[in-house]
Amino acid sequence: MKPQLVVNPDRCTGCRACETACSFAHYEEFNPQRSAVRVSIFTEQCFFLPVVCLQCSDPACVAVCPSGAMHADEINGGFVVLVDRERCVGCHMCVLACPFGCVEDDGASSVRKCDLCDGDPACVQACATKALDYSGVNSLASTRRKALAERMRLEEGWR
Amino acid sequence: MARATAFGGWQGRLLRVDLERGTASSEPIDRAVLEKYVGGRGLGVWYLSQEVDPTVDPLSPDNKLIFATGPLTGTSAPAGSRQMLVTKSPLTGAVATSNTGGYFGAELKFAGYDVVIVEKAATAPVYLWIEDDRVELRSAEDVWGREVSATTHILVDETHEEAKVMCIGPAGENLVKISSIMNDMGRAAGRSGVGAVMGSKKLKAIVVRGTRGIRVADPAGFVQAVQDVRDHELLNQFMTVTVAEYGTSDVVEFSNEFGLLPTRNFQQGTFEGAAAIGGTAVSRYNLKGISKTKACFGCPTACGRVTVVEHGQFKGRGEGPEYETLGSLGAVCGISDVEAILKSNYLCNELGMDTISAGVTMACAMELVEKGYVSEDEVGRPLSFGDGAAVVELLQKTALREGFGDALAEGSYRLADSHGHPELSMTVKKLEFPNYDPRGGNGYALAYATQSRGACHIRNEVHCVEFFGISLLGITQEEGENIDRFDPEGKAEVAKNIQDYYCMIDSSGMCNFLVIAMPHAVAFMGLIEKATGIDFGGLDGFLRAGEAIFNLERLFNLGAGLTSADDTLPRRMLEEPFVEGASKGHVPKLEVMLPEYYALRGWDADGVPTPDRLAELGVGPVAAI
Repeated sequence: MKPQLVVNPDRCTGCRACETACSFAHYEEFNPQRSAVRVSIFTEQCFFLPVVCLQCSDPACVAVCPSGAMHADEINGGFVVLVDRERCVGCHMCVLACPFGCVEDDGASSVRKCDLCDGDPACVQACATKALDYSGVNSLASTRRKALAERMRLEEGWR
Repeated sequence: MARATAFGGWQGRLLRVDLERGTASSEPIDRAVLEKYVGGRGLGVWYLSQEVDPTVDPLSPDNKLIFATGPLTGTSAPAGSRQMLVTKSPLTGAVATSNTGGYFGAELKFAGYDVVIVEKAATAPVYLWIEDDRVELRSAEDVWGREVSATTHILVDETHEEAKVMCIGPAGENLVKISSIMNDMGRAAGRSGVGAVMGSKKLKAIVVRGTRGIRVADPAGFVQAVQDVRDHELLNQFMTVTVAEYGTSDVVEFSNEFGLLPTRNFQQGTFEGAAAIGGTAVSRYNLKGISKTKACFGCPTACGRVTVVEHGQFKGRGEGPEYETLGSLGAVCGISDVEAILKSNYLCNELGMDTISAGVTMACAMELVEKGYVSEDEVGRPLSFGDGAAVVELLQKTALREGFGDALAEGSYRLADSHGHPELSMTVKKLEFPNYDPRGGNGYALAYATQSRGACHIRNEVHCVEFFGISLLGITQEEGENIDRFDPEGKAEVAKNIQDYYCMIDSSGMCNFLVIAMPHAVAFMGLIEKATGIDFGGLDGFLRAGEAIFNLERLFNLGAGLTSADDTLPRRMLEEPFVEGASKGHVPKLEVMLPEYYALRGWDADGVPTPDRLAELGVGPVAAI
């Protein structure tokens, strides 16, 4: 199976270890504002969602990029969208185009987005609950199917 | 990237806010001070002892409120989420060190500050808005009087959607001596009445957002050390099995089995309703949804949770409860209706009150009524052990100082004392007891009697080695093993060492829960060393650094007028053994342990540190670095 970065909000506790891991891997500092993955927090609802580039197979950021800096590539046989900083002109069209808010100005004349850490994502290693996983979206689907069956078995009296 | 100097963990800067003049300025923190007092509790207490006369009225403008993070706060250290609030306590008159997790402390570090010192008082309600170097005092008239969650929502709307909020509720505004300061809505700097100090300064909130990174002295070594700690089996077991499932609520039944679950104002050590308010009972109220538990910054354990009471007179929702709340607002008040406890917890969080002190103060009032020392006329309603509806009503009156609530707002010691029966206040140094009755073990009894801030479990978890089977500092060799809890022999040394160790935990910026689940103290010390570049010179040097902090607090307390007479326990705990349960027949032998403890500390018979010991530790009346 081609690996993909998968987010499972069922498991996220909002600890934000992914944010410090990402910023440290890329900048050698702990700084959520420089992390490519950011956890959206709804404290009162106990709901947490790590938001990170989904590496779209038809990426809007690549389509709008006028310089060809934003480009599709492959890591571990899987899809990844990368920024070629040499070619980037700093126009931020990709920031405007990304519907998920996963491309940001990096404060150094270019943009920051998830690069999957050359195929070994630091955020996945740091995640204690496996809310972030580098396997594939179908693994999330199978986990959900199993959880559904488990709920039926336990809560609705099925055997 | 190689760094020119091995300096890390800290940001090296302090923010000083003068509320009278409405000014704020930042200044560097002396590296020698950082290396000696590390952060959090140590650094906060150092500034307190340098800048605040210990005889000041805690609610006067001359007291200062110090927010101190540690070198591990905001890093990838597990649960590097903590900050310490340090001030002179209006409840105890002693040093207050009140610790909290959540996200706020880390955000303060990201804004570039290790410490914030709030001085003087404003004339009208204000809040402080910190966004990196941009610091602004703004009017808080629109949130003054509001509860914690409403205040938080409004201030986030007024500032930035990513901003973190630390605020007081109505209790702090009304100078309630058992008030807390809340952050990220459900997290509390609960103890010692720190909320009243913030209220006395008319500072409703601090709101912060930061964009600066934190670097460490030895990046590769630090990351490896974090990984080693996280791979440790006990940490993982603790994380996935024990705490993540129930938070700490499961401890209720555990303490009950050991016969030390304080019940009905500490008249009993077992509670017939323990199962009704324990972990399993509480978990039925967990918020139904996709996430069961919630974490503080960087925490793999995630012991927090949101609960809901859907129907009835105790309808509500909020964060909690944890063990101390279930005990204090449950067993201590004789309450076995878990919905009443949940409602009381929600109210304490929203009004900004310490659940421990609130529960123990209510229980004190219940016993005063039971014994006929306070009339129901004075209370304004019937009040007896087990009455959850009464507690819910009186908590609200306490926060607003309405009717009998005005007496409750003073905490249990002043309540009992003003009615002629101070012996019914379950306090040390006027701070209400947490939920491990000292008749259950000599070591932690001694620790409670001598801890700087009063009756406190979390500044010295001696209970870990007396009945929890958790090894600390190699005092026990294997997990699951305990030392004889009823034997006073050797307990002075155990208590002293654990107190000194906890001074370092409380200064690090890490949560003690994660530290006690670590393989060894050396692994914890290594995290601080690799983050900061400090070389403590081994575990002995590390504990010495903690001992210096403990002595600095002692000097402040002595300066504030406390004496060795305050190193004691309520008469009930020294003279009335339990008649049932697994701790029956025992009272702590304080008179045996205390002289030995003073001697080990290098304190004279009056509990005053000797000049020789202070010189050894590099601590003085005016601390020389």
